[in-house]
Amino acid sequence: MKRIIKLDTTVSIISHAAVGGREERLGPLGERFDFCDTTNLFGQKTFELSEGEMGRVALNTALTKANLSHENLELLVAGDLQNQCVGTSLGLSSFGIPFVGVYGACSTCTEALIVLSSIMNTGEHIAYGGAVTSSHNCSAERQFRTPLEYGGQRPPSAQWTSTAAGAFVLGRDAGAPRISEFTIGKMVDGATVDGTNMGAAMSFAAADTILSYFDESGASPFDFDFIVTGDLGRVGSDILCDIVSKEIPGFDRLHADCGLLLYDSKTQDAHSGASGCGTSASVLASHFLPMMERGLIKRILFMSTGALMSPSSVLQGVNIAGIAPLIKIELESTKKKS
Amino acid sequence: MKKSEKLELINKHSPHTRCVKNFCLAFIFGAVICGVGEGLIYLFSYLGADERSSPMLTTLFFIFLASILTGFGLFDVIAKRAGAGTLVPVTGFSNAVTSEAMDSKSEGIILGVGAKIFTVAGPVILFGITAGVVYGIVLFFYYLFSGGIVVSF
Repeated sequence: MKRIIKLDTTVSIISHAAVGGREERLGPLGERFDFCDTTNLFGQKTFELSEGEMGRVALNTALTKANLSHENLELLVAGDLQNQCVGTSLGLSSFGIPFVGVYGACSTCTEALIVLSSIMNTGEHIAYGGAVTSSHNCSAERQFRTPLEYGGQRPPSAQWTSTAAGAFVLGRDAGAPRISEFTIGKMVDGATVDGTNMGAAMSFAAADTILSYFDESGASPFDFDFIVTGDLGRVGSDILCDIVSKEIPGFDRLHADCGLLLYDSKTQDAHSGASGCGTSASVLASHFLPMMERGLIKRILFMSTGALMSPSSVLQGVNIAGIAPLIKIELESTKKKS
Repeated sequence: MKKSEKLELINKHSPHTRCVKNFCLAFIFGAVICGVGEGLIYLFSYLGADERSSPMLTTLFFIFLASILTGFGLFDVIAKRAGAGTLVPVTGFSNAVTSEAMDSKSEGIILGVGAKIFTVAGPVILFGITAGVVYGIVLFFYYLFSGGIVVSF
């Protein structure tokens, strides 16, 4: 089975923005975020509305950075963690842009970029498209776990859902980081029902995608500056490195996990690391893409990782399935739009 | 990859909960709450409450205190360390009810707070009352057959 799909026209990330909350501001990447609201509320009354507003601010910031307005966008692909992706619709419906909603748990960011770039690849008249992904700690925790002020202890493998959003404007600029290939993830059994150990459940899907990509492409892993995973956290990253290092020696030196980059494991109480679909989106927008634009890195594989489960499925004892779609982002100025 | 291999990897890399530390902290926090409770029973008796009212006033005091601390966002900070030390006494119950009420406030008083307030505390109420009923029935038959006391309804 061939899983790598190549884009033959230039679809590149011409602008991006990361917006976060208090914990994200205090983390190592805090200063690189475009905007952080330390109240986590973004001037709204409810956490659900706050998430929408966060996505709206992120998209507006990305558009402003590209000197564009929302009228230039012909397509919007976005998603979040809330039921029916309401976090997205609450914030982005007022833009009036044709919209595709995507849900891939924490893999939403890569999924949105895949959907948007492949539509732009076939629809060559589309000049600009937007991709937004958000997650809010307070709206997600109360939907998936316990009330926010509930006093309980979390196990060391648990992760902290980030309050973060990442927005990307895709265009045709050949000089910008280009999305050149993607692999759609398979749903892989995570072998656990433990909703507080999602990193472990997702790591097998990530390993599947990585091994399949290198097997099929024949590329050397060392052609890449980083192989980035979304939110595996400490536990999931260790399992992934354990599996993949057997096939690709030295993989752990190339691997970076957004969930481990967002918070300081020593000073912040994030346990195994960050989770939530805003994690990979905001770290890509605040860390990897700026590094690429400054010429520090040239080529990365970027994979958001999702744990497919619901509060009911966990209580019913059904194993969590992991998913890890992958995109190749690279800087090259050869292939211009024909 | 087989499921057993996956489970082996998960077990190998998942850190264990620090049981000894958690047990000790739970014991200390729980002991402090119970110690203060004992003191309060004496205090309320000293202030004039009778033998049955002073334990009840003490319970009410802890429910009130935990609820206030939850409202100010302090309870979960303490409970993160105290664990079962604050969960098992009535403080845990109070926190479960108050935190859920705070969360569902945005969804309205009746269908939000009213419908969801006992989502977390529900099992405690259901099984607590069930245990009480079972205990009552056992006690009823015990007295009935031991012939000691006449029970009237």
